[in-house]
Amino acid sequence: MLTLPAFEWLRPANLDDALAHLANHAAESLVVAGGTDAVPNLKHRLHEPRWIVHLGRLDELRFVRESEGALSIGPLVTLSAIARHEGIRRDFPSLARAASLVASPQIRNMGTLGGNLCLDTRCTYYNQTYFWRDALGFCLKKDGVRCHVVPQGRRCVAAHSSDVSPVLISLDASVDISNARGSRTVPVDEFFVGDGVHNNVLVPGELVTRVTIPAASRGLRAAYQKLRPRAAIDFPMLSVAFAARVSDGGCEHARLVVSALGAKPRRIGGLDALVKGRPLDDALGEALAEAAYRQCRPLTNVAYDDAYRHEMVPVFVRRAVREAGGIA
Amino acid sequence: MLCRLRVNGETRDCAVVPHTTLLEALRYALGLTGSKQGCDKGDCGACTVVIDGESALSCISIALACEGRDIVTIEGLARNGIPHPLQDALDVTGGAQCGFCTPGILMSAWALLERNPRPSRDEIALALSGNLCRCTGYTKIIDAVELAASQSAERP
Repeated sequence: MLTLPAFEWLRPANLDDALAHLANHAAESLVVAGGTDAVPNLKHRLHEPRWIVHLGRLDELRFVRESEGALSIGPLVTLSAIARHEGIRRDFPSLARAASLVASPQIRNMGTLGGNLCLDTRCTYYNQTYFWRDALGFCLKKDGVRCHVVPQGRRCVAAHSSDVSPVLISLDASVDISNARGSRTVPVDEFFVGDGVHNNVLVPGELVTRVTIPAASRGLRAAYQKLRPRAAIDFPMLSVAFAARVSDGGCEHARLVVSALGAKPRRIGGLDALVKGRPLDDALGEALAEAAYRQCRPLTNVAYDDAYRHEMVPVFVRRAVREAGGIA
Repeated sequence: MLCRLRVNGETRDCAVVPHTTLLEALRYALGLTGSKQGCDKGDCGACTVVIDGESALSCISIALACEGRDIVTIEGLARNGIPHPLQDALDVTGGAQCGFCTPGILMSAWALLERNPRPSRDEIALALSGNLCRCTGYTKIIDAVELAASQSAERP
């Protein structure tokens, strides 16, 4: 039996009320939507807020809209709603696929797009009960000063574990972020930072209010591949998102994102010269797999062997390229 | 705080502290102990209930967040003392072994049949993929859902 810590309950009626509360009390508040990440973490005493700010009544953040070819999705849309949405399945199948592979059916019914995007990073030394963490000695992500993964490390290396974020980066998506004073738009590619303690650019008082996939990302050949111990429930121990623009003259450009290894998704660099003008075939998959293997360095931050995860990088990149290319 | 929940078609009031999960409210405030407390952190599915037609984990739902929603628990499946066909089918196939995962399995299966009365075997396995059975009786559990679906289809 795992109990929740005591908190005060706030269920704002609309976005303005939520932002007004956060303007003054963000540091003492935890924002909860589906709760599938926040509630277990609360039970482990990884968050100890004075207030829980529940977003369940913010219907204004629950929408899927198309405008001039761009697709906007509200952060409170559930992952199962994204996975079964006909327009998303047709136009952005890798996003529907990623949403369909999050955890379990129950968690997809509860969990939201915004929640998966802002998922707390995960580490074998962090996602444990207070008792467990106390017994080993607290880590620098919560309550302590040292890192058990990299003992000399000054920076938290907990793993970014969102399934949707590598896909959104591969599709050039952006997020709208609001606080009580106004809003800003940030590309998902720049939304994450390489610090496992707090791995995104949200500052206290801000909420994600919209995710937008641009019209220019329609028609990309895209895929998402996920490695996990079981075919359900588990977080990724490796994930690969791929998207390429392919015309008669071969690939024009491509994005390859490898995640669940470090604190932020890694966009594999130097792809333009590699893919330009080439067909989306196994030879290109092999070249991309080699590039990804060279650029990725898994750590022992999750409970699965880092060498194994490294060796699986090229395997899953090849699979993603085959899937995107429609190679049986 | 007063927490007003709609459970199995009835409106039920209970007094809770804000840090009460839906599972704790069901089991300890309303006496509905059919939903089981297993891992208590969203992994095992033993606490599965159906909220607004979709399977959900009551152990990681905050009770106050469920006000105004339509909750069905295992206690809501039988009608007038007559077991739901899914419950009968689990008995027939031997799909309930120790029985601890059974209420959660039944709720996931019920949510599936409510929206897809004739699921394929793969669709059943997918719908039950968030429910762990430590007796590992999965084959007979899937058999039971198939059996219940076929019997429902035969009824006029």
